[in-house]
Amino acid sequence: MKKQLVLATLVLTGALVLAGCGGGGSKSAKNAGGKILTIELGPEVETIDPALNTTNDGANYATYLFDNLLRIDKDGKVAPSLAQKYETSADGLTWTFHLRDGLKWSDGSDFTANDFVYSWQRMIDPEIAAPYAETVLGMVEGYEEAIGLPDAEGKPTIDPDITKLKVEAPDDKTLVVHMSTPTPYFDKLATFAALSPVKQDVVEANPDGWTLDPKTYISTGPFKLTEWKSGSYLMLEKNENYWNKDAVKLDGIKCLLMNDQNAAFSAYESGDALMIKDIPTQEITTLQKRPDYHLDPQLGTYFIDLNNTLDEFKDARVRQALSLALDRKYISETITAGTYTPATGFVSAGTSDWDGSLWTDNITDPSVYINVDDHAGNLAKAKELLAEAGHPNGEGLPTLTYSTNDAAYHKKIAEYLQQAWKELGINVEVSIVEWKSFTPQRRSGNYQTARDGWVMDYNDPSNILQLTTTGNGNNSSKYSNPEYDALLEKAAKEIDPKTRFGYFHQAEEMLMKDMGVTPLLYYNEMYLQSEKIKDSYHTVDGVYHFEYADIAE
Amino acid sequence: MLKYIIKRLIFGIATIFIVSTLTFFLMQQVPGGPFAADKSISKAAQKALEVKYGLDKPITVQYINYFKNAVKGDFGISIKQRGRDVAQIISTKFPVSARVGGISIVLALLFGVPLGSVAALNRGKILDRLIIMFATLGIAVPSFVVCTVLMYVLGVKLELLPTYGLTSPLNYIMPVLALSFYPTAYIARQMRSSMLDVLGQDYMRTARAKGLSENVILFKHALRNAILPIITYMGPLVAYTLVGSFVVEKIFTIPGLGGEFVSSVINQDYTVIMGTTIFLATLIIFMNVVVDITYTIVDPRIKLK
Repeated sequence: MKKQLVLATLVLTGALVLAGCGGGGSKSAKNAGGKILTIELGPEVETIDPALNTTNDGANYATYLFDNLLRIDKDGKVAPSLAQKYETSADGLTWTFHLRDGLKWSDGSDFTANDFVYSWQRMIDPEIAAPYAETVLGMVEGYEEAIGLPDAEGKPTIDPDITKLKVEAPDDKTLVVHMSTPTPYFDKLATFAALSPVKQDVVEANPDGWTLDPKTYISTGPFKLTEWKSGSYLMLEKNENYWNKDAVKLDGIKCLLMNDQNAAFSAYESGDALMIKDIPTQEITTLQKRPDYHLDPQLGTYFIDLNNTLDEFKDARVRQALSLALDRKYISETITAGTYTPATGFVSAGTSDWDGSLWTDNITDPSVYINVDDHAGNLAKAKELLAEAGHPNGEGLPTLTYSTNDAAYHKKIAEYLQQAWKELGINVEVSIVEWKSFTPQRRSGNYQTARDGWVMDYNDPSNILQLTTTGNGNNSSKYSNPEYDALLEKAAKEIDPKTRFGYFHQAEEMLMKDMGVTPLLYYNEMYLQSEKIKDSYHTVDGVYHFEYADIAE
Repeated sequence: MLKYIIKRLIFGIATIFIVSTLTFFLMQQVPGGPFAADKSISKAAQKALEVKYGLDKPITVQYINYFKNAVKGDFGISIKQRGRDVAQIISTKFPVSARVGGISIVLALLFGVPLGSVAALNRGKILDRLIIMFATLGIAVPSFVVCTVLMYVLGVKLELLPTYGLTSPLNYIMPVLALSFYPTAYIARQMRSSMLDVLGQDYMRTARAKGLSENVILFKHALRNAILPIITYMGPLVAYTLVGSFVVEKIFTIPGLGGEFVSSVINQDYTVIMGTTIFLATLIIFMNVVVDITYTIVDPRIKLK
């Protein structure tokens, strides 16, 4: 009896300890006060240095923290921001930006055009090794000399001198950028988070660590950083020195850094977070019916590479047949639960045309695009083409190996391909490759057929059409057509926007006729957002604009 | 004793050196590398990154450089988390994991030992069966299931507990429960069998024959002998639990070292992989020495040589 009493006491002590560590504290600690919007856009962010960032979540944080020359407004149009107006020279080679009066950094010091000169030259500096430097500044005059004229291996052949980059500030309020080729989409690049200005003195005092301490994280945007709790959250507070602070209604934004979809979903369902980007995949079918579920187009295309260098794929009719055998509507609706959109062409549906209208509304020859509504007709045509190419019922074609990594819907789509191409009499084996090996393998052309995808860096068709030019580092399908290359080269030199886009349309039509790559689906972005959030908007470049948002009580 | 500790220390250093050397060369064999990305970046940018992190040098040079610095206490900077150095990552993340893990270990001992003892003393009775059932469940159910069930019931459905972060004491309840479930069950089972073993020993009969009270028999003689296997288990348990669990930290959004461990491998963040591996190896070796010393205190028959 006694021993049981003693043991009972022990158990009780244990229970008390347990209760003790849970004592006190309210359910969700409310923030110090004010109107704080809590959102979730991704896991721990690698860096919040705008120049070094490569991630979508990082670009979003940079948008809240930094202002740029220009910004995308809620209609998706380029609008003035730090620059009040800008003009391009007649030859399209000189861009002049005129900054607003009285711009200040978040610490209250004056902001000048020289800050841009410093930031952009810093971005291309091989010392800081910014992955996106070439994408956003490679077209500026002097870029190659500035990074030391690298050889084919990427090794500089002369000493890099970043001041060679032709970006100038003739006075405190004017920024002049000289281009080596006309870059009609530079206004869109000027909205890109990577080109945000950073403050020279704080960066130089601590080149690697200035982003880690809110005291040295000086910015220009609607919000400033007050805390970065690694692995937990970023806390942003309204920047009282922001030029447009009257339009900012929130007192702060708390960005949860979450690694787990279910964790994000719990935070949303409990009302702690008002917007989350990571939704549990298995919940999507039920969530789709809710008004707070959003599905917005993203500028990106999911496609299949048929290795154009292989004999079996040399004939465009074979490539066409393989493409036509696929029921894109079925893949979109049934396999991906409607989270992807059937693709009709290579350039994704949300891309803007020269006048701001939709790219897909300006197609001149619809016959070369995929009619996703007529699968039976497509399949019949596929069989016909295959027979014409000398492979009736798939005769003479080898068993194909389709390589993909295992994530999202990749495996299910691979299984669908097996089934769909079987209808043409072609056998397919699926090879699942670990992601880290997959991309280099695909790029080197060491595959037969493979999954591929591209999310555009900026809203200009050149960004995706460039992919299928001869020798492009990301041209995994190895499509090579001198006429296609010539069209894109012509477009690169063209100043008139309408003519330039005409070349792009021609190029895409040529690509579709040749079926150089096999477009399958267009990407979308899904998220949950409470109806309490007012005046926010989401742009096709993947930025969730909460800068001027408000929370309804 | 001192001689023993010195000997262990020398062996320990040798072990750490071997472990880290193996890790260093093996991690470089994994295809991809820290800069692999969906989109290929320009050759120049790739080169610049390699130069910045010293990865352009031959691997043997990298190896020598790494250990030269490591001996001086410089474990380098993270390749993926720009601007953070490895020592800083470990020193900010370890305490978080250690706090959650420490509470879990205490809890596992406080429940596991009594549960196992009670089961042994009630061998074959209903209480014993219940405890065995619990122990089997605890060992069989993987932690992500425990986490998800806790999260769903206590966090989402009943809304009793916060589901993420570690801002209030309430935040600790779910992760601690999830983390301590397995060790509690394991300790209970281990304790039960070793207790049964001890209860059948001759010295127990002697103790009873001497007319000692049941309490003295149980706590002075039985428990002390029965707990030895638990102490053995405590070495690795403490080390692994203190550095945190990837699953638990991921699900409850805890900024701990466990998450860092796994994500560094996924990201192929070489310096962080090395730092965390050396840290864990050191901790395990240290814990094993502590366990050995504890033995001599609990069981005077054991002598360290």
